[in-house]
Formats: sequence, C-alpha cells, structure tokens
Amino acid sequence: MSDWRKEWRNAWRKAWWRPRFVVNAALLILFALVPLYSALAGDPFAMTLFSRIVIMAIAALSLNLIMGFGGMVSFGHAAYLGIGGYAVGILAKEGIGSGFVQWPVAVAASAFYALVVGALSLRTRGVYFIMITLAFAQMVYYVASGLDRYGGDDGLTIYHRSQFGAFTLNNATVFYYLCFGVLLAGIYLVWRIVNSRFGLVIQGARSNEPRMRAIGFPTFRYRLACFVIAGALCGLAGALLANQTSFISPAMMHWTRSGDLIVMAVLGGMQAMFGPLIGATTFLLLEQALSHVTDYPDLVLGPLLLIVAIYVNGGIDGLLGGARRG
Amino acid sequence: MAEALLEIESLTKRFGGVVASDTISLALFRGELHALIGPNGAGKTTLIGQLTGEIKPDSGRIRFDAYDVTALPVHRRSQLGLARSFQIASLFPEFTALDNVALAVQAHAGHSFRFWRAARREPELREPARDALARVGLVHRAEVRVTDLSHGERRQLEIAMALATRPRMLLLDEPMAGMGPEESARLVETLRQLKGTLTILLVEHDMDAVFALADRITVMVYGRIIASDDPAAIRADAAVREAYLGEQDEVRDEGVHG
Repeated sequence: MSDWRKEWRNAWRKAWWRPRFVVNAALLILFALVPLYSALAGDPFAMTLFSRIVIMAIAALSLNLIMGFGGMVSFGHAAYLGIGGYAVGILAKEGIGSGFVQWPVAVAASAFYALVVGALSLRTRGVYFIMITLAFAQMVYYVASGLDRYGGDDGLTIYHRSQFGAFTLNNATVFYYLCFGVLLAGIYLVWRIVNSRFGLVIQGARSNEPRMRAIGFPTFRYRLACFVIAGALCGLAGALLANQTSFISPAMMHWTRSGDLIVMAVLGGMQAMFGPLIGATTFLLLEQALSHVTDYPDLVLGPLLLIVAIYVNGGIDGLLGGARRG
Repeated sequence: MAEALLEIESLTKRFGGVVASDTISLALFRGELHALIGPNGAGKTTLIGQLTGEIKPDSGRIRFDAYDVTALPVHRRSQLGLARSFQIASLFPEFTALDNVALAVQAHAGHSFRFWRAARREPELREPARDALARVGLVHRAEVRVTDLSHGERRQLEIAMALATRPRMLLLDEPMAGMGPEESARLVETLRQLKGTLTILLVEHDMDAVFALADRITVMVYGRIIASDDPAAIRADAAVREAYLGEQDEVRDEGVHG
C-alpha cells in the first residue's frame, strides 16, 4: 500500500506544476463555477452554452475512445446523439416521461446500433470504414426525417424533461451539474478502460493489428466491444442533449455534426483524457464568439483546424507539452 | 523415429503466374531446430505466412500436433502454440519494450475483457514479460520505447515477444537480418539454449549460424524443396551447391560445429 502512496506522491510532485495539469485543473474549476457565475452575473445563457459544451464533450470523449485510442475513425458519430435524443423524445411523446426508462432505452438503442454498424464496418479499414460509418449515419438521419409522427424534418418539441421519481431536471443548475458529473464519470471510465487489459488490446490493434493477431488476439471482438461502449456513452450524451434543448430533430445527426465531433476530438488532442473537453470548449466558444462577428464562422474555424492538424502534434493537449499519457 | 510436430502436405500457393509454394511436403520433428534456406524469392516467407495463417494456401494441408490447422485463423494458431517473428520487425512502436512483451503474455493469459484493473501493474503480466526480455538479453531496455530501440534490439524484442506466448513451435523469419556480429552471436547463443525445449523453424541467410545450429536443413529454390537433410549431407549435396550455396555464400568450415 505504501508503494502505491509513494508512487502517487511522486506522480503528483512531477505533475502539479506542469502546464497540462494546470490547464486541466483550471478548466475543471471554471466549469464547476459556471452556475455561480451565471447567477451572479445574471447571465442564464451561460448555463445553456456551457451545458451544451459539457454534453458535446461527452460525445467527443466517446469518439476519442474509438478514434484516438482505437484508431477507428467513425464519421457517423452524431447518429448516436440522434438515437439517444430520439429515444428520449419518442418516449416522452408517447407519455413515458420517466428518465429511468428513457435513459436506459437511449443507451441500449445506441449500443445496439453500434453493434450492428460495428459488426459490418470493422472488417474494413481506412476510407472504407469512414464511408460505411457515414452511410449508416445518413440512413438514420433519413429515417428520422421520415418519422412524421415525431415531427419529420421539423423535429419534435419535448414538453417535459426526463423525470427521476420526484426529482426533475427542470432546474438549470441541477441539470448542469448532472451533465458535468456524467462527463467526469465518463473521463474516469475511459481512463480506467484505456489502461486496462482491454484498453491495451484496443491500442495494440490501432498500432499494429496483424501483429496483435500473430501473438494470439482475436482483435475483431475487442474492437467491436470498444465500438459498442463508445456508442452507448454517446447515446447517453444524446439523451442529455435532448433534455438540454427540449427538442429533437434530424439536424442533431446531420453529417456535419459528426464532422464537428471529429474536429473537437482532434483539436483537443487525441489520446488525451481531457482532450475532448478542451476541444469541445475551444470549438464551441470560438463558434459562439465568431457568430457575433461574422455570418461565416467556419471561414475562420476551418483554417484554424488545418493549422492545428498540420502543425500541432496532439492537438491543444500536445501544445501543453511532454509525452502524452495513455 | 522422432515424432512430427508440424506436418506440411503438398502445400501449394500461386501468386498470378508465380508458384511461391510448389507442392511442398515437409515434417518437423519435436524439439528439432530446422533451418530453411534458399535464395531470395524462393518462397520461404510465403511458406511461413501459410504456416501462421496470414496467407491462405491454394491447396494442401498443414497439421500441427496431428491437428489440421489449415483453415484456422492466425490468432487460433497462436493460441495452439505456433509463434512467429517477422522478417521486418513488427512491433508496437508507441509502447515500451516491456509493454510489447507484456501484450504477448496477455494474449495467452485468458480473455482480455477486463476493463478496470491497470494492466501495467499486473505482476502476472509484467514478470513473465521481464523473463522473456531477460532470455534475449534485453531486460536493461525494458522501459525504453520501441522507437528508441536500435535495429538489433528490435529484432531481439521480436523474439522475446514470440517466446512470451509460450509457444511449442517458433517460426523465425531471418532473425539475424541487419544485426551486427555481436548481436548475431548473442542470438545464436539464445537459440542454442532454446534448442531442444522448443521446435524451431529458422529461416536465415547467415550460413554460419544455420550450420552451427540446425539439426536438419531444407533448401528451397523457386517454391520447391530441392533437398532436406542433415547439415553434412546438405553441404555435400551437388544440387544445393549449384543452386544456392556456391553462388550466394561460401560455407566456411570454421562456421560448422555440427
């Protein structure tokens, strides 16, 4: 036990003053203080914006698990946001308002979709994998557009947020902290997974899959399991997103949204635990700020991303220095 | 008669018009070190690929321990105890040497659907991995990333990984290629120690090493076996001398220890 403690103390001594540690810690503190700021400054929009950032960070975190650690570049990740969101919206419309039903359904539906897509796409590599994940996401998009009972193209308003017994999510602060809690739990979960036996198999398969098979790993089933875990996590983000906006529409899973998620993951730094949060924060705050200045925020965001992708190895997290930690 | 661990029966593989394996039949006995030699392009690596399952033969059979493995995927053959090293080192470059070997240990330590415990702290993975590194003389480089290892060290790591899967048979594809004389000598020593406990198929161009280690030698030319016998007989074989030894590499007497 004392070995452990010594190790932790040494790790702490090495880490606490490093830029990465300082930035991550500052980010967490700032996020924890958002409701306070919102109340003091009388700025309710801050809560909306930051709830959204936290939810998108969860989605980007899930993408980082398969893309950053697993090397599986899914270009259809927004489909999980949509499936999770529609699970909540459809159940709400049909009179089932309990979050105890809605959220597990959102997670299970996303996991099942991931199982099907993964089983079919993970036998391919590179561009083919990207195209298949995109094609499936487009299919889900058009299915949602065709659901006339649930608003079709126009989408569907959710009149009541998910209810957990006597506990509701109507209070913005409660909802924000719930999202933040899910994000922190998600980061911890991904950290544990990545360093477990399972996580090493996933990273080994990214690094050199033929070799993994040669030393005796049936890599397909591990990659598929990882794909399903990520899908389930992103489905949960979708359920949160539907509650946050009180609205679902096919636009949630437009292919450009999948692109946004990739941008967030790459921008923040793949294989970095806090990369997705940094990426989502940077991306959405920039988008917000630029929308005040110009009608074409992408005109600035696009080149910025190019610069990061070309010149900065490891995204913003990479800028914070040193070797990345698995 | 010694008992065969691996039996190859009229194995044939064509790539377009090229016959890379032309009705190859060969039996490897338990515990022997069998060298496979032949000029470049003779089909040695293709044969190894078929033994491990990376390449599907057009026809023929492969039996491992009397069990037909011809249709088994790569990872199943590894689980049965068939391990290989690659001609061009095939490793996990962003991991340390120890991580690489520990993964090989993990592959043979039950399933890996374990999501929670930190795998790098599991002694049952790390200790056997250290042992395997020690066997090839690389334990002092355990915590070094593969990208920072020398060419020779990577070759040693290749073999440590193969050993870590606790194989019954080792397929070594030119393990000494690009090694300096010292590293080669150390590897010959390592192989000599493994000899007898493991069945080894050694593909190698270093004739000193081959004649120093091999119990039997098989010579391949253009996808066909032209001779398969003990080293003395191979050295005396006129067809072998003509096809390969004479033009490629002079067999020196001081390199032969029997």
